[in-house]
Amino acid sequence: MGKRVKFSFPPEMVKEPVIYKLGRDFEIVTNIRRAEVREDVGWVVLELDGEDAEIERGLAWVGTTGVRVDPVSGDVIDG
Amino acid sequence: MAFVNGLKCRECDREYSSEALNVCDFCFGPLEVVYDYATISEVISRDSIASGPLSIWRYRDLLPADSEHPVDIMAGYTPLLKAHNLGKKLGLKNLYIKNDSVNPSFSFKDRVVSVAATKAVEFGFDTLACASTGNLACSVAAHAARAGIKAVVFIPSDLERGKIIGAAVYGPTMISVEGNYDEVNRLCSEVADNYPWAFVNINMRPYYAEGSKTLGYEVAEQLGWRLPDHVVVPTASGAMFTKIWKGFNEMACLGMLEGVDSYSFGPDQNTVHHPAVTTKMHMTQAAGCSPIVTAWENGSPHVMPVRPNSIAKSLAIGNPADGIYSMRVINNSAGTAYAVPEDQVVPGIKLLAETEGIFTETAGGVAISGLKHAVESGAIKPDELTVVYITGNGLKTQEAVESVVNPLTVKPFMSSFEEAFNHRPE
Ligand SMILES: Cc1ncc(COP(=O)(O)O)c(C=O)c1O
Ligand SMILES: [Zn+2]
Repeated sequence: MGKRVKFSFPPEMVKEPVIYKLGRDFEIVTNIRRAEVREDVGWVVLELDGEDAEIERGLAWVGTTGVRVDPVSGDVIDG
Repeated sequence: MAFVNGLKCRECDREYSSEALNVCDFCFGPLEVVYDYATISEVISRDSIASGPLSIWRYRDLLPADSEHPVDIMAGYTPLLKAHNLGKKLGLKNLYIKNDSVNPSFSFKDRVVSVAATKAVEFGFDTLACASTGNLACSVAAHAARAGIKAVVFIPSDLERGKIIGAAVYGPTMISVEGNYDEVNRLCSEVADNYPWAFVNINMRPYYAEGSKTLGYEVAEQLGWRLPDHVVVPTASGAMFTKIWKGFNEMACLGMLEGVDSYSFGPDQNTVHHPAVTTKMHMTQAAGCSPIVTAWENGSPHVMPVRPNSIAKSLAIGNPADGIYSMRVINNSAGTAYAVPEDQVVPGIKLLAETEGIFTETAGGVAISGLKHAVESGAIKPDELTVVYITGNGLKTQEAVESVVNPLTVKPFMSSFEEAFNHRPE
């Protein structure tokens, strides 16, 4: 099973090809499962396949772009 | 036995059998329990409920676990009190408090965990686990003790003392994680992927969340099989908020309410809305962690996660799993959402304590200050029947109200007492 994540795009990042670059610049295969992208907001739920360390590196880079990375099913911490 | 057909993805409708799974393999959407309501409607009645135990298991026909042998420490069937004094203070003539702070482990979490623990035993797990800012950890540890299975609870290291002790006393393996919120989250999600445990709010989540429906059923039953005009609910992940609404609609659709005809559940059991259910659902979050309120106020179709920074730790969930679904409930019910300023949380706790003799934790302070705001803003009218959910106990967050302690200190002589008493501050 690959790593399942949710990317949230702030308005200024909606048009950036972050997922494309993630696949191009890292040894990671991206597989989009569900998404909603509008002018002002966007999110994408996807699966990432690759070595754990490479995925960690790739996600750290995504974080630096201003795109938020979260688990797909919400926080696992509960009240 | 449970009247469950299986699980279904909320986003793409793919169906799964009843297993320990919370996310759709195809679209990664959340899974929900699918009920056999046709059979349920044949067996359930007000009498069948009344003859059940004084716990959530009186509604066993609507819970997704084996009711012959529930892991039951008697969660639920908590008091619903008419709040004359608080009502007077706020200008409400029909205000009720659902006091869920008196559950066995002192929060509403016992409702959800009782279902999850029962399901975990049914599936054959030997360990019950969770990651929690407190209440859930207490409840998981308590139910695991009752079930005779192991408990592993992860907590952030900066938790309130009352919650740490309130969980540790039941003898779980307690992991105190030194790290920020995101780090705790990441670790626990990795552990859940790698250990064969029943994580109540992860692989048990579809079953777990259903336990909160009983907060809807009980209020209906305690009001004489009627629904309130308004409810005010403290919210973190949004699970309880959506399930109270589901509970109200199930009661209506099954024909349990006074003067209300039964109604078809239709193809989507999770969004069914009986036209007779006119309760307005008011969500309250603390301003330091209010992603759902923010999204609702902006009319956004997406809940942008936040990093929590709130005195109300039990509500401090930055990326709420049911955020989007709870926004739909607010809209379908013509309700509201409000972020209570951080400095109004403790005043809410004190107001409830001083008017009604109920000591709630910070989540309850959020509920009471949120209720006050809903009245002041005109969303709730003086005559309307209103229920505020008090979901946790004040003894767990004593640090928050330390400042109330100002005793008159006296020597053990009458003169010293009288001197102090006669000159006490107003
Ligand atoms: C006392 C209390 N009230 C309310 C909540 C909110 O519940 P939910 O996450 O279902 O919105 C929690 C826990 O998350 C809690 O501990
Ligand atoms: Zn799906």
